[in-house]
Amino acid sequence: MELLVASSVGVLTAGGVYLILRLRAFAVILGLALLSYAVNVFLFSTGRLMVNAPPILQKYGDASYTDPLPQALVLTAIVISFGMTAVLVMIALGAFLEADHDRIDMDDDTATGPAGEEPGA
Amino acid sequence: MNHWIIAPVVLPAILAPVIAFVMRHDITLARAASFAGTITLAAICIGLTVTAAGGETVSYALGNWPAPFGIVLVLDRLSAVMLLLTALLALIVLLHAAATGWDARGRHFHALFQFQLMGICGAFLTGDAFNLFVFFEVLLIASYGLMIHGGGRVRLQAGLQYVVMNLAGSTLFLFALGTLYAATGTLNIADLAEKVRALPVEDAALVRSAAMMLMIVFAIKAALFPVQFWLPGTYANAPAPVAALFAIMTKVGAYAIVRVHSVVFGPDVPVLAGLPGTWLMPAALVTLAVGAIGVLGARRLMPLLSFSVVGSMGTMMIAVAAFTPQATSAALYYLVHSTFSAAALFLLADLVVSRRDTGDLLRPQSPTVQNGLFAALFFAGAIGMVGMPPLSGFLGKLLILDAMRDTPEMAIAFVAILLGSLLMLVGFARAGSILFWKSTAIGPAPTDATADEVAAESPEPARFLEVAPTAAALALLAGLAVFAGPVSGYLGAASWQLFDSSGYVAAVLGQDEEG
Repeated sequence: MELLVASSVGVLTAGGVYLILRLRAFAVILGLALLSYAVNVFLFSTGRLMVNAPPILQKYGDASYTDPLPQALVLTAIVISFGMTAVLVMIALGAFLEADHDRIDMDDDTATGPAGEEPGA
Repeated sequence: MNHWIIAPVVLPAILAPVIAFVMRHDITLARAASFAGTITLAAICIGLTVTAAGGETVSYALGNWPAPFGIVLVLDRLSAVMLLLTALLALIVLLHAAATGWDARGRHFHALFQFQLMGICGAFLTGDAFNLFVFFEVLLIASYGLMIHGGGRVRLQAGLQYVVMNLAGSTLFLFALGTLYAATGTLNIADLAEKVRALPVEDAALVRSAAMMLMIVFAIKAALFPVQFWLPGTYANAPAPVAALFAIMTKVGAYAIVRVHSVVFGPDVPVLAGLPGTWLMPAALVTLAVGAIGVLGARRLMPLLSFSVVGSMGTMMIAVAAFTPQATSAALYYLVHSTFSAAALFLLADLVVSRRDTGDLLRPQSPTVQNGLFAALFFAGAIGMVGMPPLSGFLGKLLILDAMRDTPEMAIAFVAILLGSLLMLVGFARAGSILFWKSTAIGPAPTDATADEVAAESPEPARFLEVAPTAAALALLAGLAVFAGPVSGYLGAASWQLFDSSGYVAAVLGQDEEG
C-alpha cells in the first residue's frame, strides 16, 4: 500500500508540474488541480498509513488507531484548494474574454506596462 | 486571558461581510465603515504594542483549548510592531483610495480590503504553522480580488500569473507542513521548536527538507531570488493603492522567515546546523542585484518602483540571513522604513501617472500641473528608498551595515549594499530628471486652443486630500529617522525576545493556570 500511495503522489505531482509549465491557462489550471490532489493524498499519509482503524483512542487497551489530525488538515486543504480553483477559473475566464486568447505569458512590452494601455500609446 | 489579542482578526472579519452584503450599493457608507474599522484597528494595534512593550509574550488559546492541542495566537513585541505597521499603512492607503476614487472603479474594494487586513493581522499573530497557512490563503484570496480591481486586459493577465504563482506556492506550503508533521507530530510553532531541538541528528533529513521547503514558500511571498519574477509584473499592473498595500505583503513573507526560521529552525538547532542562513544569504545578495539592475534598466515608472521594492527586500534579507539578534533588529528597522517608502512612492506615482498623457513611460513631456510639488515629493520618496540622509533609509542601511560588521559575509554584504544603493540612486535620479526636470525644458505643449480650452483639457490639480496620504507616509519616514533611538530600542528588544525561543515556548506551552 505504501508503494501505491507514494507512487500516486509522485505521478500526480509530476503531471501537475508538467501541466503548470504549459503556456495555456487551461492546462495550468488542470495542473494546479492535480497538484492539490497530490498534496491532499500526501497530507493524508503523514499520519502514517493505517487500515481499518478508528480515528479515536480506544478506551480499553486496544492501541490501534489512526491519527485524526491529518484528516482534519486534509479537509481544510480540500476546502481551500477547491475555493482557490474556482477563483482561478473566474480570473482566467476574465483574462480570456479580455484578451481573446488564453496564453498565460504576456508580451515583454505589455508585461511591465500600465494596466489597460498599449505600449507607447 | 487578554481578549484584545484576537481583536485585529475579528474586527475586519466581521466588518468585511457587513460591507459586502449591506453597503455594496452605497460607496459613501462603505467608505465610512471601512475608515471606522481601520481607525479602530489602528487604536487596538497601538494598545497591543504598548501591552507587548512590557516584554511579556502573551498567548491566547482559541476556544480555550490548551496548546499544543488547540490553536494559539501569540503576541510579542515583533507581532505587535508588525500589526501597528499594517494598521498605519492601511489607513494611509485607504485615504488615498477614497480621495482619488480608486475604490469606486470596481465592486467590493472595501470588503476585500478588510479581508486582506484580516489575513495579514492573522498571519502576524498566529502561533500555529497550519493556521499560518490558512491566514496566508485568506490574505491571498483577498489580494487576488484587489489585484484585478478595476479590470483591464493587461491587469487581468498579470493577475492570472500572480494567482498561479501563489497557488503553486500554497501547494508547496502544504507539502512542507505535511513533511514537518510526519517528522515531529505537531504543527504548533512553540511545540515544534521543542521537538525539532530534541530530534536526533540521524533523523534530520525530513526536518531539513521541510525547513527548506518552508523557506522557498516564504521566499515566494518575500520576492527573493529565484522566485521574485512575479513581483514586478504584479506591482506594476496592480491599481496603485493596492500596490502600496502590497508593500506589506512582501513583509509578511519576511516576517514568516524571521519567525519560523529563528524560533523553530534557529541557528542553535543541531539538526539544521545553520542551513537556512547558508542559503538565504546568496539569495538575498542576488535579489538585491536584480532589484538594483532592474531600477537602472526600467523604462517605465511603475516597474522601476517595483524593482526598487525587490532591491529593498534583498537589502533586508541580507541582514535577516545573518540570524543574529543585532542584525535582525536592523532588518526590522529597515522593514518598517521600506514599507512606508514603497507605499509613498506608489501613491505618488499614481498621482503623477494619471496626470501625464504618456502614462508612466519614462519620456519627457510638457510639465503636468503641480510639477514642482510632485517633483519635491518624488525627491523625498527617492531619498527614502535609496537610503540617503536625512530620511530613515539611511539609518536603516547604516544599522544593517553595522550589524554585518562581525559576520563572515561582511565583505560581500558591504559591497552589495553600497553598490546596490549607488545603482538605485542613479536609476532614481534618471527617472526623476526625465519626469520632472526635463519636462520644464520642453515647456507647455504647443497648441492652437485658447487658454480656457487648455485649462478644460488639462488634468485637474491634485486636491489636498489626494496628496495628504503620500505626504503622511513621507512624514512617517522623517519621524522614523527623528525617533530612531526609541524605535530601534523597541525593535532591538523585539529581536532579543525573538531569539529567546525558550521564553516563547514557556509562554505558549507552560500555561497550566488557564483562565
